[in-house]
Amino acid sequence: MNMDRIIKLEQVSRRYGAKLALDGVSLEIPSGVVLGLVGANGAGKTTLIKHVLGLLRAQRGSVRVFGLDPVKQSVEVLSRLGYLSEDRDLPPWMSVGELMRYSRAFYPRWDSAYAERLRQQFQLSDSSRIRTLSKGELAKAGLLVALAHRPELLVLDEPSSGLDPLVRRELLEAVVRSVAEEGRTVLFSSHMLDEIGRVSDRIAMMVQGRVVLNGPLHEVLESHRRLVVRFPQSKDRLLAMPGALAIQGGPEEWTVIRNGGQEAFLNALHEVRGEVVEEGQATLEEIFHARASRHAVETTENHAG
Amino acid sequence: MEIRLSTSDGVPVYRQIVNQVKYLIASGRLRAGQEMPTIRALAERLLINPNTVVHAYAELEKEGVIVCRHGSGTFVAESVSRQPGRDGVQALAARVDSLLVDAAHLNLGLGPLLQLIAQRHRLLKKNQNTSNGIDHA
Repeated sequence: MNMDRIIKLEQVSRRYGAKLALDGVSLEIPSGVVLGLVGANGAGKTTLIKHVLGLLRAQRGSVRVFGLDPVKQSVEVLSRLGYLSEDRDLPPWMSVGELMRYSRAFYPRWDSAYAERLRQQFQLSDSSRIRTLSKGELAKAGLLVALAHRPELLVLDEPSSGLDPLVRRELLEAVVRSVAEEGRTVLFSSHMLDEIGRVSDRIAMMVQGRVVLNGPLHEVLESHRRLVVRFPQSKDRLLAMPGALAIQGGPEEWTVIRNGGQEAFLNALHEVRGEVVEEGQATLEEIFHARASRHAVETTENHAG
Repeated sequence: MEIRLSTSDGVPVYRQIVNQVKYLIASGRLRAGQEMPTIRALAERLLINPNTVVHAYAELEKEGVIVCRHGSGTFVAESVSRQPGRDGVQALAARVDSLLVDAAHLNLGLGPLLQLIAQRHRLLKKNQNTSNGIDHA
């Protein structure tokens, strides 16, 4: 049992009919780390999270949460983690107060004073029925339940989806505060790259069921550059250069997202009389799109070959 | 300490904090001996991961810009090292490049640009002296 890894997935695969939703995914989240999980819709983020929650059994590979099997030991795993999903899953007939009392019965470590503090901070009325809450209030009620038992692990699956910027900010503040106060481990899935860029220590990027990039956020940012190159030849020759992930533009000037060593790329470029006319830091969004399109190209090539 | 973050230009957040703290010190808005916000306070204010603030403060401490005194807080160093490191010079060169590009777009030649830099330098020094009461030149 390796307790400094709160989550450990090894070679996890999952197939839905003909579609490979997870394709040999390995991912570890050390204690105290906020991992941002990014990927397009359908890339496998939610399927991965369902394995962490024990809602799906790995068809291949292994999943451990707190060193436990989340399917076989689901009560223990679920009582130690807080979860906020995109579709909230709260019983519509309950009032906010009833929801809090009901949740207290499930979680041994429920902190009533903290729950009450969150309720006031989120300006939720004790007597409001869940079904009458606005989208933003619903998200806040969901986060309250996820946080108030002071879980060791917080799992957020697209928490901000469909919310206005003010509510998004409030939710993010609560998450940041909980990380600052208790050093909480967080698995945070979002396609809002701005949020991920702020709160993550590490990011994992999923494309078509695979983790294509995984590392400390600042290293991911610092190891990718955006270059504008003048290069009077075909796009394919440029794409074949060392570290080139994605190319846009043309026919004379191209924008290249490049990863890894600069020197090899420059040597290859100079050989074909290309030159760099502009250089800058690639944004998370550019890196994400470059990785996604690169993966698509390679997949097609593999199928062709 | 007013720090503005942008997550849209690809510069890691810890690096933005490091650069802006240095700028605030250079422009006299943060003074030697002044206490820095706690890690938690800055993380909550900027809405970022506290570990990122830890990373930024560690970098600033390594460069001798701030000092962390256990139990009592983090402070702007009394004498910020005047010896620029190689990484620092490299980072500065990149910013000079982008300045030159901007100037070229405005049709501003090297002469007038250097004059502008000298003028801004005088202004910065003047502000620093009025807010410090001490000349660090």
